[in-house]
Amino acid sequence: MNKKTFLAFIGPSVLMMVLFIALPLATVLKQSFYQTQSVYETLEVETCSPTFTGQVCIKEIKTIPIIGDNGKVITQTNYVGLSNYQNVLEFPRVIAAFANNSWHEFMLIDFWKALRFTLSFTLITLPLVLFFGLLIALCINNVAKSIRGPVIFVSLLPMIITPVIGALAIRWLFIGDGVLTSFLEWWFAKDIAMFAQAWTIEFMMTFYRVWHVAPFAAIVFYAGLQTVNQDTIESAIIDGASRWQKLRFVILPHLMPLIVFVTLIHLMDAYRVFEEVIGFSSQAHVISLQWLTYDFLTADLMGNRSIGRASASSMLTMIGITLLLIPVLRGVWNDYKGKRL
Amino acid sequence: MFLRKIATAVAITTLSTGAWAACSFDNDTELKSLSNSFDAMKAVTDAMAECGNVTSTLDVDFKDKMPDAFAANPSLYQIGGVSQGTMVPLLNAGTIRPLDDLVAKYGSQLKPSQLIKVNGKIMAIAMQVNNQHLMYRADIFKDLGIAVPTTYAEMVAAAKKMQSYNLVDYPIGGTYKAGWNLGEEFINTYLGNGGEFFGEGNTPSINNAAGLATLNTMKSLTPYMDPEYLVSDSTYVQQQFQQGKIAMANLWATRAGAMDNAEESQVVGKVVMASAPMGSVRAASTNWWDGIVFATNMTDAQADAAFRVAMEGIDTEMVQANNDAAVWLIDGFVAGSAAAGAIATADNGAAPYPSSSPGMGAMHTALGNGLAAFLNGEKDGATALADIEAAYTITATESGLM
Repeated sequence: MNKKTFLAFIGPSVLMMVLFIALPLATVLKQSFYQTQSVYETLEVETCSPTFTGQVCIKEIKTIPIIGDNGKVITQTNYVGLSNYQNVLEFPRVIAAFANNSWHEFMLIDFWKALRFTLSFTLITLPLVLFFGLLIALCINNVAKSIRGPVIFVSLLPMIITPVIGALAIRWLFIGDGVLTSFLEWWFAKDIAMFAQAWTIEFMMTFYRVWHVAPFAAIVFYAGLQTVNQDTIESAIIDGASRWQKLRFVILPHLMPLIVFVTLIHLMDAYRVFEEVIGFSSQAHVISLQWLTYDFLTADLMGNRSIGRASASSMLTMIGITLLLIPVLRGVWNDYKGKRL
Repeated sequence: MFLRKIATAVAITTLSTGAWAACSFDNDTELKSLSNSFDAMKAVTDAMAECGNVTSTLDVDFKDKMPDAFAANPSLYQIGGVSQGTMVPLLNAGTIRPLDDLVAKYGSQLKPSQLIKVNGKIMAIAMQVNNQHLMYRADIFKDLGIAVPTTYAEMVAAAKKMQSYNLVDYPIGGTYKAGWNLGEEFINTYLGNGGEFFGEGNTPSINNAAGLATLNTMKSLTPYMDPEYLVSDSTYVQQQFQQGKIAMANLWATRAGAMDNAEESQVVGKVVMASAPMGSVRAASTNWWDGIVFATNMTDAQADAAFRVAMEGIDTEMVQANNDAAVWLIDGFVAGSAAAGAIATADNGAAPYPSSSPGMGAMHTALGNGLAAFLNGEKDGATALADIEAAYTITATESGLM
């Protein structure tokens, strides 16, 4: 392919990526160094409003935003350096917690509490997704050809469900006297409240995520299983390899690139855990980094949003994902270099 | 949050074409309204829909959408249902219009007390007043010979007595869902204890004796609540009441009517309304008003139609058909038993929700996010209050209030 054709092919997608990925990212990065404030004035305002017994008028000195000639609130945007990042990371409190040698105190700071959950959620679900994905793939591969289609369809169902809806479904099964909570209460003959403490909520979140994502891993692995070299399997059998040895020394090495691929995708997805926090309304017990960004973006009763802190927190999330991916990507790179040599 | 959105926004979005007899004129302008979702608001929007061409969205998360929807030009909604809290961002942004000329033209039915005035200009039309009051199962209290509690301490004592009889799952219900609801509960009790939220220059001032007393009161109720109280919002508590699972709760007056709705309630006629429990200074509740506002960014013809439709929505006919759905400010309302608790609460001095303080939005959010750690037992009271003040300070400094 000559250079011109190559550019013509790749040009549109590079343009799209710049427009829809690079530019927004650059804006978020810029916003994370700025704060936008309304310009306020202090005025005496008389407000008349109804009470249970009639109308009451009160005169008060109020701080209210100034509205400009164009009918919009006048705002000013200031460069604040790293102050948004400081407000998210709260280092003085982190240092105080470490000075007191108190993990408990450390875990009371929103960002670090969210990071703790996000990381443990990601790292716990990853091996479970890989394991169950492989298990399902092997099962599908071993069922009779005649029923393989329906089995694949059924095992893919969890993936088809919209994440928030799936989380809500699990919530309704367990909240209050939900069907499954009632069943558990009958089974263990004691009162159970699944949404009253952090660990049960985290358990449900992990369960939900594995249930939701394992089919994706399974379908990828199943595709890989179709290309395993049958000659190698046969020679392994002739050499007297057991089932486990076949899996360990023939099938797994063959699937390795796919395992790396699923790992990459899952790390990126799980680190952005959000639907579970919303679906289970778990903010009192468990929060994630992505939820924290969302919370900064939510307007309060006066209509104010913390755009600066939200931007800082999304940049930190991106840095976190990158750090997590580096070891995996390095492995891929070394493999690639090895093959080229 | 999303589930309530799905449950209410989708289910109750009502669309009406064709005019009905109950409306005095035939509306041919496309109008849209956005408001909170509760029975009284549904009654009003249904009455508006009778004029034709009115689409109403009733959504418990309306306050997140409203400021941006009204700031659009033309505004995405012409009519908005607000309370004194949710009106503030619209008022500050100048996205709701003064109504003096419209009131002069079409508002002859309005009582003077319905006119919300800011610096002399009419900015909203109030339709009802609302507060949280004690709702209790009269049958249980009578059977056990317990007097109606007038303070939180008496509520706890009643709950303790009730627990041994196993008549309900949990003696006390509470709208303690982390976020807005939990913040509101603190504000009620703190104001009941005579607390002030701000010092000079919008600085926070909740880390004090009244604040600690409030936290301890809140915590003293939780052992008698559903252990999942941190996910219980008003609708959840209302349903627990209706299903006979709880015996008392400090709940919104707008929820009182639902107790006697035979279609969904198993406790018809058994729930009685009384004054909210007393704090050390006044009743632990806040008075709210709900009303209607109109967007700045629409044509005058649209504004005319919108105002006339709204007047049909809050007329005497609607009140007579829905007398017990709210404490109406509108002509024709007869205070019945459903309103007794709300009025008693107001008589006991309940304060208005302090929406006029510019920092209240940030304070409410900080409270809603920060109190759960105390109720969970992760923090002690003083630390929780100090952390809430710190969170408020960051937000208030960022937004330029401090």
